[in-house]
Amino acid sequence: MSGNSTAPRTTTTKPVERTEVAGAKVVRPGGVRGSRLAFWVFVTPFLVGLVLFTLVPIVWSSGLSFFEARGTLEASRFVGLDNYARFLTDKAFTNSLGTFVVYAIFIVPVTMAVSLGLAVLVNGLPKFQAFYRSVLFLPVACSYVVGALVWKLGLFSGLPSGVANTFLNTFGVDPIAWLNSSPYWWVVLVSVRLWLQVGFYVVLFLAGLQRIPQVLYEAAMIDGVSAGFRRFRYITWPQLRPTVAAVLLLLLVAAFQAFDEFLNLVPANPATRPPLVYLYNVALGAQRDFGLGSAGALILTALMVVVALLQTRFFGFSAAEDRNKRTRKNRSEARR
Amino acid sequence: MTTLQTAPRPVGEARRTAIRTGGNVARYSAVTIVSLLFLLPFYIMVKTAVSPAADIASRTFVLWPSEPDWSSFSRVLEDPTFLRSMVNSALMAVVLTGGQIVIAAMAGYAMARIPNRAAKPLFSATIVVLLIPAATTFLPNFLIVASLGWVDSLRGLIIPGLFSAFNVFLFRQFFLNFPKELEEAGRLDGLGYFGVFRRIVVPNTLAFASALTVLGFVGAWNAFLWPIVVAGGGSGAVTVQVYLSSFLTAQTFDYSGLFAAALLSLVPVLLVFLLLQRWLVRGVAETGMGGT
Repeated sequence: MSGNSTAPRTTTTKPVERTEVAGAKVVRPGGVRGSRLAFWVFVTPFLVGLVLFTLVPIVWSSGLSFFEARGTLEASRFVGLDNYARFLTDKAFTNSLGTFVVYAIFIVPVTMAVSLGLAVLVNGLPKFQAFYRSVLFLPVACSYVVGALVWKLGLFSGLPSGVANTFLNTFGVDPIAWLNSSPYWWVVLVSVRLWLQVGFYVVLFLAGLQRIPQVLYEAAMIDGVSAGFRRFRYITWPQLRPTVAAVLLLLLVAAFQAFDEFLNLVPANPATRPPLVYLYNVALGAQRDFGLGSAGALILTALMVVVALLQTRFFGFSAAEDRNKRTRKNRSEARR
Repeated sequence: MTTLQTAPRPVGEARRTAIRTGGNVARYSAVTIVSLLFLLPFYIMVKTAVSPAADIASRTFVLWPSEPDWSSFSRVLEDPTFLRSMVNSALMAVVLTGGQIVIAAMAGYAMARIPNRAAKPLFSATIVVLLIPAATTFLPNFLIVASLGWVDSLRGLIIPGLFSAFNVFLFRQFFLNFPKELEEAGRLDGLGYFGVFRRIVVPNTLAFASALTVLGFVGAWNAFLWPIVVAGGGSGAVTVQVYLSSFLTAQTFDYSGLFAAALLSLVPVLLVFLLLQRWLVRGVAETGMGGT
C-alpha cells in the first residue's frame, strides 16, 4: 500500500513541476498567446503599402524601361536596352551630372562651414543661445518655393531696385540680371539653398556640440590648451567627426536631389539643370516619354542606392546613430 | 521673434562678466549680424506684400512703403483657388503625417518587440527600401498612381506617401530600448499585445512620436516635387506650394498679392515653430533627417 501510494504521488508531482516550467516559459517572449496574430496585424498596413507603393512601381517601371511608351502607360514596342543607352548617352543627361558636380562643389562645403561655424559661435554664447538658434532655424519653416519667390522677385531681381543690385550700386556696380547671366545664377541658386537649410544643420551641430563631455575641455584647460582655435582643433573637431561625416553625406544626397528651386528659378535654362529636373522634363515634360523616363529613374535610383550603401557602410544611417552605441550594436545584429 | 526668448533671467554677475569681455561682444555682434541677414528675406516678404503698385514699380529700393497697403491679404483670402490650395496642403500634411506615424509605430513595435520569425527578414526589407530615395522614384510612383486613376486627386497626393520605411526604422530602434518591465507589468495585469500597446506603449511613446510628427508636418507642408507630379497641371489637388509656383513661373504682375499669399502659406508652419519648437529641435537632433 505504502509503495503504491508513494508511486502515484511522485508521478503526480512530476507533471506539476513540468507545467510550472512550461508556465515560466509562457512569460518569456515567444510563447505569449496571440503573438502571431498581433505581429501580423501590426505589420500588415506597412507591408501592404510597401508592396503596393514601392515594390510594384519599381517592378513595373523596370518592365516599362525595356519598351517604348510615350504619353501612355501601355508598352507599345519592345526596344531592349535602347532606353538605357539613350538616357546614358544623352548629352543633356551627362550635362546634368556636370551641373550636379558644380553645384555640389559650392553648396556642400559652404553649408558645412557656415552651419558648423554658426553652431560653434552660438554654443559659445553665455546667454540667449535658444533665441539665436530659433532665429537661425526660422528659414527652415519656408519651402523652397517661397525661398525661390523671395530670391527671384525680391533679393536678386534683375531690376535696379532689387536688394542685391541696390547693395552693389553703393559700390558703383551696374545692375546684374542675376538669373539670366552666367555665372551669377549660381550665386542665386547657392544662396537660396544656404538660407533654407543652414538652420537645420546648425541645430544638428549644436546637438553634437552639446554632447561633447565638458570634462574634456576642463582637462585641456589643465594641460594649458585654452585658446579658442586650439580647443576647436584638438577637442571639438575630433569629437564632432561623426556628425560632420553624416552631415556631409546628407548634404551630398540633398544636392543630388535638388529640384524645387531649380524648377522655380531657372525652369528653361539647360546650363542649370540637375539630374532630377532633367528626368522630370523627359518623363513629364512635353514628350511624356515613360519608357525613357523609367530607365532614367532606375539609373538615378541605382546611383543613389550605391551612395546610400557606402554611407551605411562607413557612417551609419544618420548623425543620430553615430552617437548611440546601443543602436549601433542593434543594427549590426540586424545585419547578421 | 521676442516670444521665442526663454525668459532671460538677469543673473547679475554672469551678465556683467559677459558684457565686460571683448570676446563676447565680438561673438554677439557676429551672430546678430548673421541673424539680421537671415531675417532679411522675411522683411522683404512683408514689405513687398504691403507695397502699392507705385512702390513696386519704383526704380530705386524702397525701404518701407510710405502708405502700406494691406489689401493684398484680403485680395488673396478672397481667391477661392488659394483657399482651396491651403485646405489641400493642410489635409495632406495632417493626414500624411498622422498616418505615417501610426503605421510606422505599429510596424516598428512589432519588429522590435513581438517575437516572430518574419521580423528579421521584414526589417531587412525595410532597410533596403530605406536606401531607395523617394525623389528619384517619382516616375514609378506616378505610373501606379496614374493606373489607379488617382492623378490630380488628394488620394494620389497622400496615400503613396503613408508608408515611411525611415520612420519604421526609427520606431524599431526606439522600441528596442523601450523598458521591458513596463510591458511585463501590463501583461501581468492580463493585457494582451493590443492592450499593452494601447495602454502602456503608446502613452510612453508620445514624446518621441511628437518629435517625428512635427518634423514630418513641416516636410509635408513644404513638399513640392510629388505634389507637382501628382497635380499634373490639373486643379484637383493643387497644394499651396504648387499654387505659388504656378505664379512664379508664369510671370505674374500682382507682386504684392503673390507675396501676401507666400506669407499666408507660412502661417501654419510658423505656428508649429512657435508652439512646438522644442519637439522640432528634438526631432532634428534625433533623426538627423527631414526637409526634403
